[in-house]
Amino acid sequence: MTGTLTARVVPLPVRLGAGRHLVERNYLVYRRSWVVFVSGFFEPVFYLLSIGIGVAQLVGDFTLADGTVIGYAAFVAPAMLASSAMNGAIFDSTYNIFFRMKYARLYDSMLATPLRPWDVATGEVTWALLRGACYSAMFIVVMLVLGLIESWWAVLALPVAVLIGFAFAGAGMALTTFMRSWQDFEFVQLIIMPMFLFSATFYPVETYPGAIRWLVQLTPLYQGVALERALTTGTVGWTMILNALYLAAMGALGLYVASRRLGRLLLK
Amino acid sequence: MTAVLVENGRRQFDYWLTVYKRTWKGSLVSSFLLPLLYLAAMGIGLGSFVDENGTGALGGVSYLQYIAPGLLAATALQIAVSESTYPVMGGIKWHKFYYSMIATPLRPADVMYGQLAFIAFRVLTTCTVFTVVIAMFGGLATPLGLLGLPVALLVGMAASAPVCAVATRLENDSGFAMIFRFGVIPAFLFSGAFFPVSQLPDWIEWLAYLSPLWHGVELARDLSLDTVEPLPALGNLLYLGAWFGVGTWFAVRGLTRRLIK
Repeated sequence: MTGTLTARVVPLPVRLGAGRHLVERNYLVYRRSWVVFVSGFFEPVFYLLSIGIGVAQLVGDFTLADGTVIGYAAFVAPAMLASSAMNGAIFDSTYNIFFRMKYARLYDSMLATPLRPWDVATGEVTWALLRGACYSAMFIVVMLVLGLIESWWAVLALPVAVLIGFAFAGAGMALTTFMRSWQDFEFVQLIIMPMFLFSATFYPVETYPGAIRWLVQLTPLYQGVALERALTTGTVGWTMILNALYLAAMGALGLYVASRRLGRLLLK
Repeated sequence: MTAVLVENGRRQFDYWLTVYKRTWKGSLVSSFLLPLLYLAAMGIGLGSFVDENGTGALGGVSYLQYIAPGLLAATALQIAVSESTYPVMGGIKWHKFYYSMIATPLRPADVMYGQLAFIAFRVLTTCTVFTVVIAMFGGLATPLGLLGLPVALLVGMAASAPVCAVATRLENDSGFAMIFRFGVIPAFLFSGAFFPVSQLPDWIEWLAYLSPLWHGVELARDLSLDTVEPLPALGNLLYLGAWFGVGTWFAVRGLTRRLIK
C-alpha cells in the first residue's frame, strides 16, 4: 500500500525490488533457447581474434597519450569490450523490447498486475545488464588468456562494462518507446555503427583534427572506450570520473524517460 | 518451356520490385551507408597506421586498396544472407505469401527463382553504389577492379542459395542467429578481407579456404591489383558457381516439399 502511494507521489518511484519478477520471467524464457544465449559469447571473441591476430600484425605497436607503448591487440581489445557491452545492451533494449511491447503484448499483461511501468523498465534493464555482464566477464577472461591485460586496474573492467550497458540499455529503451515500426530501427543502426567505427575504437582519438576530435569525445561510446582502455592498460586518471558520471547520468535519464513513456503508451 | 519459365520468373521478380519500391528507404542505412563507413574507418583511418608500418605483407599496395575489394565481396555476402533468411521464412510462415503465389499457375520453383532474382537485384544495386564510392576514394588499383562487381554478385548468390535452402527447412527463426554468428561473422572476419589468411593459425586458414567469401575476395582483389592467374581464378569461379548451383537445387527442393504436402 505504502509502496503504491510513494510510487504515485514521487516522480522516480522508490520501489526497486519488483523488477525482479520480470528478470525471472526472462530467465525462464531464455532457458528454452539457451543456445542463442551461449552463442552470444562468440561474436566479440571472433572480432578480438580477427583483429588481435590478423590486423595487429599489420599495424604494429601504438604509443598512448602518456607515452606508454602497447601492442595493437592490447589497444583495441578494451574498445571491443566497451563496444560489445554497448551492442548487447542496445539489442536487448531495442529489438527485444519493441517485440515484447508491440507484438507479444507482454507489458499489457504485466501492467494488469501490481507491476508499474517503472518496474517493467528497471526489470528489463536489470535483465539486459545481467546478460551483458556474463558476456563481458567471458571477454575479459579471453583478454587475460591472450595476455592483453597489463594492469591490476582491470578488476574494474567488468563493473565499467556493466555501467556502459546501463547507459545504453536505459537510452535504448527510452528510444524504443518512440519507435513506430521496424523501419525506425535503421536510425538505431545509424547511431550505433558510426560510434562503433569512429569512437577511438580502432585508432587513437588524437588522429582526428580539432573539431571532429571534440565531437568524438562527446559520444557516449567514447566515454566507455576511454574508461576500459585506461583500466586494462593501467593509464588511469581523474578525468575518468567524468566519463563514468556521463554514463551513469545517461542510463538514469533513459530509464526515467522510458518508464514515463511506457506508462503513457500502455496505461490509458 | 523455357519461355514459360522465364515469364514466370519475371512476374515473380516484378512482385518483389513492387514491394521494394515501397520499402527501399528502410534499407538505405544498412545497405549503402554502413559499407561506406567501414571503408572510411578501416581503409582510411586504420589504413594510415598500416601504411606507416609498412605494407610488405600485403604485397606493397596501400591498405585501402587491399581491403576495398574484400569489403565489396563481404558486403555482397551480408546483404545476400540477410535477404535470404527472414524474407523467405516470412513467405512460408508469417505472411505466407508463398502459398498465395502457388495457388496460381506458378510452381514453387518459380517462386524460388523469383526470390533469388530479387536478392541478386539487391546485391547488385548495393554493390554498384559501393564500387563507385570505392573508385572515388581511389580504392581500385587498376580499372580492372570494376570487375569486382560481377564477382561480388556471384559471392552473394553463392551464399544466398544455400541459406535459402536452410531457411525453407527451419521451423523457427532462432536458426538464423546461428547462421549469422557462426557463418556470416566469422566469414566476414576471417576470409581475408582485412588481412592475408596466411597470418591465421593453420586450421583456421583451412576453414577460410572452404568459405565462398575467401574465393570471392581473392578473385576481386586479384582483379583490382591486376595479379590474376587464369587457373586459380577459374577454380575460384567454379567453386562459387558450385555453391550457387547446388544451393539453388536444395532451395527449390526444400520449398517444394514445404509448400506442397
